[in-house]
Amino acid sequence: MGYPHKPHAKETVVLSKHFGDPEARTYKGWVRRGGYDTLHKALATDPAAIIEEVKASGLRGRGGAGFPTGLKWSFMPKEKKKPHYLCVNADESEPGTFKDREIMRWTPHALLEGTAIAAHAIRAEVAYIYVRGEFTEPLAILEKALAEASTAGVFGGIKIYLHRGAGAYICGEETALMNSIEGKRGNPRIKPPFPAASGVFGMPTTINNVETLVAVPPILKNGAAWYKAMSLSNPKSTGTKLFSVCGHIAKPGNYEVTMGFPLKDLLYELSGGMRPGRTLKACIPGGSSVPILNREESESCLLDYEGCVERGTMLGSGGVIVFDDTADMVYQIMRLARFYAHESCAQCTQCREGTAWTTRILERILTGQGATKDLDLLLDLADNMTGKTICVLSDSCAAPVVSGIKKFKSEFEAYIAGKKRPVAA
Amino acid sequence: MSAGTQEYQAVFAGKPRAQLEEVLTRYPTKQAALLPALWLVQRERGWISDRSMTEVAEVLGLTPAYVKGVVTFYTMYHQHPVGRNFVQICTTSPCNLCGAEDVVRAMLEHTGAKDLGATSSDGQWTVIEVECLGACGFATPMLINDDFIESVTPERVAELVKKYR
Repeated sequence: MGYPHKPHAKETVVLSKHFGDPEARTYKGWVRRGGYDTLHKALATDPAAIIEEVKASGLRGRGGAGFPTGLKWSFMPKEKKKPHYLCVNADESEPGTFKDREIMRWTPHALLEGTAIAAHAIRAEVAYIYVRGEFTEPLAILEKALAEASTAGVFGGIKIYLHRGAGAYICGEETALMNSIEGKRGNPRIKPPFPAASGVFGMPTTINNVETLVAVPPILKNGAAWYKAMSLSNPKSTGTKLFSVCGHIAKPGNYEVTMGFPLKDLLYELSGGMRPGRTLKACIPGGSSVPILNREESESCLLDYEGCVERGTMLGSGGVIVFDDTADMVYQIMRLARFYAHESCAQCTQCREGTAWTTRILERILTGQGATKDLDLLLDLADNMTGKTICVLSDSCAAPVVSGIKKFKSEFEAYIAGKKRPVAA
Repeated sequence: MSAGTQEYQAVFAGKPRAQLEEVLTRYPTKQAALLPALWLVQRERGWISDRSMTEVAEVLGLTPAYVKGVVTFYTMYHQHPVGRNFVQICTTSPCNLCGAEDVVRAMLEHTGAKDLGATSSDGQWTVIEVECLGACGFATPMLINDDFIESVTPERVAELVKKYR
């Protein structure tokens, strides 16, 4: 659902409070809503104290990995000998995820404020916001907001620049993103060295996701305890999170809820449930790179880092893809595999060959040319694609394939046995 | 000069040159200005020719082969001229579930582009499928040039084509 819309009673609106309000996009409008107050105070605060507060809040990275944000910041060198950099990951490209786009469209100043605070905390003089090339509208809105706020001089000595991507999912991987900023092909780097030691331009660097950074000003404003108290299930998952719901659902859109919120309620209440006459078949709760859940698992899954792991999947980016009983799982899994094959940077053999062959075998099954042994072959391939490459793109391709075959095997078998009409793939 | 060869007009003169100079101040290396420089070329020329890649290489102190290596990595840089209206339609799973492939078919038909990646005979339209555009809740999203359009259905295609024609 687009904005403006009234939040559902069960939503906890922190980050999305000003979504749908065009005035919040302007510098004056943002200041009138209390914006940049926290930044002014933060710039006068010792960076170490800010890091401690963010650590205490329990905030974890919202890009997908869920790494504790304060801890990540604390990895930056204590003694500053070289320039420090902050890179903001606004390369939102994970299928099913469209939260950062909404943040940038409606509250560009929230991102700029969070960015400046983070830069101060890690003692960076320069921050690059890496926005995917296709996000023309968020780019234009951010550019305007940045010009206004810079003119007002709110960033102190910190310089913020926008860097436009040019079409490459892999640039959302933090080391690929840094290479892309440096004017290189977006190939992920081998770690170590980790970015805090040697990042963009070989200097100490921190990379944070958009949603992570916009959570920082409210945390500093209201205190770590306030943020930490927003947790419905596990003390390790705190605060609110935006969930992007899409696919076969009555009211697709972004919904902000407290960590630990039941996926069942997100689907059936906030998002309006299935389309008329349809039933839930499957759901991917954290963007296309995490294992698929069947109906029972979806309806008992709690949306936090631990709750998703308990159901054999991951919270990831919070991109919730819904499949109803009309969905052809074999076809959709092929589309996901094709996505990863298209987006592989082709550095690692397991990924370059694995994503391409996975796609070809799935296409073969769909066109009625598959054999029973193809399913074992796919699983064998997936095994070789997991945990063996520089980055996790290859693992991400394997996740929906393995979970898909495990949970929806009969759909694959129907194509192989000739019981289902072949489709052009 | 052989017949049919036109003298190359540099992209980085006048305003684009000034813009590039400003971009260079943002980074500690010249090389880091490569992606922005390529965007400037594409904005000025509509696509990035081998000759323009050579110019970018000269301006930034890189080799033409290096620049080509970067251009070919990123899908949004055009290595060939495209139609006046360049259409990118998302067909990744979430949009696929919501009928994105029907939108592609309708677009190919109404624009006369006929095949994906081909340009219509009047030079007006090139239509391609792209992977996730990051607007899955607004299926099916498409980019027409720099305009990001949400919630396109096959029924809306005729009106859109008319608007941009």
